Amino acid sequence: MTETQTAVFSTKPHVVGDDKFVDRAPAASAEETVTTVLSNDWINDEYKHLVVTATPKALTAKPGQFFHWLCPSPDEGDLWLRRPQSIYVVDPERQRLEFLYKIVGRGTKGTAMLKPGDQFNIVGPLGTGFSMAPDCKNVVVLGRGVGLATLAPISQMIAENGVGATVILSARSPELAMSGDLFEKAGAEIVTVTDTDGSSDLGNVEAIIEDRIAQGRADAFYTCGSNRLFMLMKRLGAKHGIPGQVAMEQIMACGLGPCYVCVRTFEIDGVKTLKRVCIDGPVFDMQEAMGW
Amino acid sequence: MVDLSVKLGSFEMPNPVMPGSGTFSPEMAQIIDINRLGATLTKTVSRELRDGNPPPRVAEVECGMINCIGLPGKGLDYFLTELLPQYTQYSPPTIVSITSTTEEDFAAMARDCTVPGVQALEINISCPTRDPNGGNFALQAEHTASTVRGIRAATDLPLFVKLSPNAGDVVSIARAAEEAGADALTVANTILSMRIDTDSFRPSLGFKTGGMSGPAVKPIIMRMVYQIGKAVSIPIIGCGGIVKAEDVVEYMLAGASAVQVGYASFRNPTAMVSILEDLEEWCDRRGIARIADLTGAVDDDLETDTYIAAAAGI
Repeated sequence: MTETQTAVFSTKPHVVGDDKFVDRAPAASAEETVTTVLSNDWINDEYKHLVVTATPKALTAKPGQFFHWLCPSPDEGDLWLRRPQSIYVVDPERQRLEFLYKIVGRGTKGTAMLKPGDQFNIVGPLGTGFSMAPDCKNVVVLGRGVGLATLAPISQMIAENGVGATVILSARSPELAMSGDLFEKAGAEIVTVTDTDGSSDLGNVEAIIEDRIAQGRADAFYTCGSNRLFMLMKRLGAKHGIPGQVAMEQIMACGLGPCYVCVRTFEIDGVKTLKRVCIDGPVFDMQEAMGW
Repeated sequence: MVDLSVKLGSFEMPNPVMPGSGTFSPEMAQIIDINRLGATLTKTVSRELRDGNPPPRVAEVECGMINCIGLPGKGLDYFLTELLPQYTQYSPPTIVSITSTTEEDFAAMARDCTVPGVQALEINISCPTRDPNGGNFALQAEHTASTVRGIRAATDLPLFVKLSPNAGDVVSIARAAEEAGADALTVANTILSMRIDTDSFRPSLGFKTGGMSGPAVKPIIMRMVYQIGKAVSIPIIGCGGIVKAEDVVEYMLAGASAVQVGYASFRNPTAMVSILEDLEEWCDRRGIARIADLTGAVDDDLETDTYIAAAAGI
């Protein structure tokens, strides 16, 4: 009798760098891919920067899209669901993806243990990302904490579109105000506001945004990472008729749409409705989105 | 090369692997070639718009997950005009999963779904996420029988009745469904369960309780498929914790003619296609000419020495 070859799971992901790989669904926009970790370094006490190899399909990722991580376990148990993680940098030239993530739960704790050369299974690119109207000349980007990583790819958009930007980085302390370097390279004005010197106060942030509006430097708003800052931007957007987008999070299962786990409430023309963060988002119209 | 085709009564499938209801939509085309599947199966459709349950709707547990999605959907009319064509554009036969809160409307739903393109109906009388007590028709034989009888009178489509693992005596429910006119049985839905967060003292799910799926439930559902297989003469669709080709083989040996894959697609979205390829390879390696021959082929002859010894308590 032939011995059964029993693997725990049936899965044949694309392995980056495998020339013999056959794409079994060439028409599909996303794929399950085994990448190789190139680096996974601490950038401060709470965040790590992960760089992995990428396939051509993975490199089609747009700002605001995400990858669904199969995180290694940090302990003796296993993990049974993937973890969504927004893209930080897409680097087609060096064929790499970069992520900036905060170590919070078991998934990110396990990911934090990855070393260069380790394999890492990711699914993507997934979701609906940021968009920028062609006639947009100046934008205001407002983010806090881990949301700053999600907003970072907007720096690529403003560079490509030749758009001016005011980027307000809000953080508990200056060392947690990330992504400033990427926006600076793209020619944006960086305003760092922190809890330590009190400048992250809502009134001060509102004054900064009102000032840019008064100068005619706010054709669109982008935000992520703080409910209070989102509510502020939503209010100012409604007051001045400025369109905006917000990137949102929710616990997910499939990441592709079918399961309806990752819903949030939205209000469209006065009617409350549920949308899925994984496929209808994670980036949504700021006026339709509701606080969390 | 093995012949992977299987039949559920008059319903023919090119292979035995289909998605579990609620784990699949045409949006899976983002990552797999849907034409590879044995069948497509819709998310359960209700007549009216349903928002579903409050988030969080999923909790990770050892060897699987608990969900409390709550059957959200935009209602029957939206389904028939907007969603159904997205399923029927693919070559695998389309099965529509329906549910209702009354027997009369259940039958009317079946009649309304008897339209070109729909090749079978899965009757979801067993969802544990609609009612905090997990209550549904499939917990009692008489409710199962009268509901299925009403639906049977309303349509000529093949009826696959999805049973609940939360019923006390699932074999008698299976018999009741068969007698009332079911063409096949889907065994089974998720298992009522709960998780509490010991940091916050709060239930992990927005609905407090939910239905568990994943590899942990496989041995439990396997027993049900096996015992139901001995008790009924209609085909069984095995559903619960399949994550690899050998799990499909195991369900078929226990008595299933086809299987549904759910949780595995969340962990590995390409799982159904991978399982199918591995299954083909497994059959070829074992010299199995027709996969349908595996159904009920478990070698459970009780006259062996081991079993006699076990029965005697030795």
